[in-house]
Amino acid sequence: MDLVALLAIQVLYAIASLALMSVGLAIIFGMMKVINLAHGEFLMLGGYAAIQANRLGLSIWIAMLIVAPIVVGAIGIIVERTIIRWLYGRMIDTMLATWGLSLFLVGLTTAIFGNTTVGLSAPLGSFEIGQYRTSAYTLFVIGVALVVLFGVLAILRFTRLGLIARGTMQNANMAAALGVNPNRVYSITFGAGAALTGLAGAIIAPVSGVFPTIGAAYVAKCFITVIGGGASIVTGTTTASTLFGAVNQIATYVTTPVFGEVALLAAAIVLIRVLPQGITGRFFRGSL
Amino acid sequence: MTVPLIETRGLGMRFGGVQAVRDVNFTLGERELRCLIGPNGAGKSTFFKMLTGQLKPTSGVVLVRGVDVTDAEPHEIARRGVGIKTQVPSVFDGLTVRENLWLATARMHRGAQAQRAVETMLERVGLSAIASRVVGQLAHGQRQWVELGVVLSTNPDLVLLDEPAAGMTDQEVLRTVELVRDINKTKALIVVEHDMQFIRMIASKVTVFNQGAVLMEDDVEAIMHSPIVRDVYLGKKAAA
Amino acid sequence: MNARALNVLGLALVAVVGIAVLFLTPRLFDLDVLLNITVYMIMAVLALSLALIWGFGGILCFGQSAFFGLGAYTYAIAMINIGESTAPLILAIIIPAAFAALLGYFMFYGRISDVYLGVITLTVTLILFNSINSTAGPEFHIGSAKLGGFNGIPGIPSLNVPFFKDWQIDLEGMFYLSTASLILTYFGLRALLASRFGRTIVGIRENDRRAQLLGYDPRAYKLATFTIGAALAGYAGCLFANWGSFVSPTIFGLAQSAQIIIWVIVGGRGTLIGPILGCVGIQWLTAALGANAPSGAAGWQALLGNVPLILGAILIAFVLLVPKGLVPTIGGLESVLFRPRTGASR
Repeated sequence: MDLVALLAIQVLYAIASLALMSVGLAIIFGMMKVINLAHGEFLMLGGYAAIQANRLGLSIWIAMLIVAPIVVGAIGIIVERTIIRWLYGRMIDTMLATWGLSLFLVGLTTAIFGNTTVGLSAPLGSFEIGQYRTSAYTLFVIGVALVVLFGVLAILRFTRLGLIARGTMQNANMAAALGVNPNRVYSITFGAGAALTGLAGAIIAPVSGVFPTIGAAYVAKCFITVIGGGASIVTGTTTASTLFGAVNQIATYVTTPVFGEVALLAAAIVLIRVLPQGITGRFFRGSL
Repeated sequence: MTVPLIETRGLGMRFGGVQAVRDVNFTLGERELRCLIGPNGAGKSTFFKMLTGQLKPTSGVVLVRGVDVTDAEPHEIARRGVGIKTQVPSVFDGLTVRENLWLATARMHRGAQAQRAVETMLERVGLSAIASRVVGQLAHGQRQWVELGVVLSTNPDLVLLDEPAAGMTDQEVLRTVELVRDINKTKALIVVEHDMQFIRMIASKVTVFNQGAVLMEDDVEAIMHSPIVRDVYLGKKAAA
Repeated sequence: MNARALNVLGLALVAVVGIAVLFLTPRLFDLDVLLNITVYMIMAVLALSLALIWGFGGILCFGQSAFFGLGAYTYAIAMINIGESTAPLILAIIIPAAFAALLGYFMFYGRISDVYLGVITLTVTLILFNSINSTAGPEFHIGSAKLGGFNGIPGIPSLNVPFFKDWQIDLEGMFYLSTASLILTYFGLRALLASRFGRTIVGIRENDRRAQLLGYDPRAYKLATFTIGAALAGYAGCLFANWGSFVSPTIFGLAQSAQIIIWVIVGGRGTLIGPILGCVGIQWLTAALGANAPSGAAGWQALLGNVPLILGAILIAFVLLVPKGLVPTIGGLESVLFRPRTGASR
């Protein structure tokens, strides 16, 4: 019974961390149809931002929840203005340019911070479930994921900003005719996606440490979660993370972590083959 | 009883909540020329796409010479002798006119024979002078001719023309009429058009589409004088 | 001089340069330069494999390094087990090709499009990387070849003259083999692209729909192209394993895949000579920059030696500013001299 509870928490954690890491990408891909292959590096930069801020004396909570998103969000806006903006509509060229950006950021971070792993100790300590101990931090991550997902849903659905963003993405000319500046909307949306990614990177940092090439471990997983999820940002990310996160964690539990990764990637390939439009291309269509 | 060249029974296409084509029974014999008219959104292009296999119908069947091709791949249907010239010219923009025609004819001819077939087709569609130009750089009207050449190069038994006279000058329209009559000597044609003068000049049986279904099927003159058709095109108020 | 004559002139030029490099280089340079040039030749074959698949076939493959790595590892494992190189060489070509055929069937007959092709091929190469990287323990072996995990497989025996296992190839021999391979691959691909098959795949790349409506089955053509490209990449992998006598999982990594794509983009998609030049140029550039920045260097020197930084900047710059690549952009020369004849020529 305790084991079941432990496993359940681990599965929830896997789902939550995957969702948290992917939602920024889902916003950028879902709303702008931009494939950002530098996504892993945004995660990495979020981690570094949090760690540096913490080193400079800020509390770990402020570093993770405030500094990291702001820093990476700003970087996102700069990237959008200098690179992405010239490539709208050219999906493959965007992929290539952001791949270049990814390499560039890895090189830059290595030059600034060096190659070694930097870490942050996970706050909140541990708690017991029967005979097992587990980190309470995992519960925090699950909580943040829920808050972020609901937050994004709420903003898209209930605020003026969300409506403007959705409108511009669907028909920029129309939006412009109504007085909205599409370029502004694109910048803000990309920045928001980047900020959420930075947040995720910071939150994950205590768990696995940060080093310049850590992005590579996550970029494929996030992409297949977003593509597997389909067009709807929140519903898609949630359903895909649930499926893949569960597969990953359960396979890891039954075999090894490496095989867990392989299982996730294999499940993704099968999903895309069966549902080329992603989960929300077939189910929950039209949801946010 | 001869088997019709192409036949549809109860053909229908549903996109989400919209029934784009409903319950169409259509028959065409060898070397028959039919015109397809109807207001925009009546389902004509969708109908064409189902005939070529580009869209899979949600109901009904398509038969080519009695063979059910409803679920066939587009290239399989093409090999059965169906060619289509689409509304928006669909050709190989990065290649020259000559290369376009060569690709079209390459499945059926080899080597020197293919070269000859290409030169013949260039003459027929009047593009010999610009044979080495890259198609993407040609004017819209010229690209239409390239596409006609490409379609005819596969020697299909059925040629579908989706608005062949669109964007053409009067002179080019006359050339097109000549070409259609010429094609009709050996092949069947279904022509979608809005230009009633053009249709009159190729004088044939006309099928009228409206809201995805066949409204009427008769000769040109009957159709042109039909109050029902006028209503559909102009709206009841204008007729009143 | 008409187009056809210029085309022949271009081919002749490449042949002359190729043969000159083949025979003159060993006489002019000493062994360590030869060693470097050899790997450039090998990588150029790899570049050509992606040029075929992506540049001409229009198939966005982000995981070309998967086939390269499979070829290298297959050769290594088979060679360690068998000891005579004829079969390992053949296997190094067949196994990646078979893998590509399977993956390709899955992707092309599943009508998976462009962007998703990129993601799936990227994912596949990541799966291979992750899997092989973790096979470090002694329990991971195929026959007598230990997979070695992140340590890689060292001490791979060299190719020998077929069936004469004691006549092993030496360094100079590797140079001849690699350069000759590159020359043959170039002319072989030119011939392939001028054939019916080649012209058809270019047409399919230009307009998949129209090709279908003319009776061509694009899925079959793409599958064939993908498989041929994989076989070529596998062969390059085999040569690479010979060159360094060593393979490691980084061969499957994102960095390796990115490099191949960068070579093709910088050199120019839709050409063959472009990717060769792009590959040699970039490899030389990164080596030269790295040589000027020994570890411990600071400031500008360190930045220049920072390979990901430079490569990333190059890729971004090219996508934004020179999207067609160098060779096509350098004047109309491209369309006449170096673009293979893809149509009925007069």
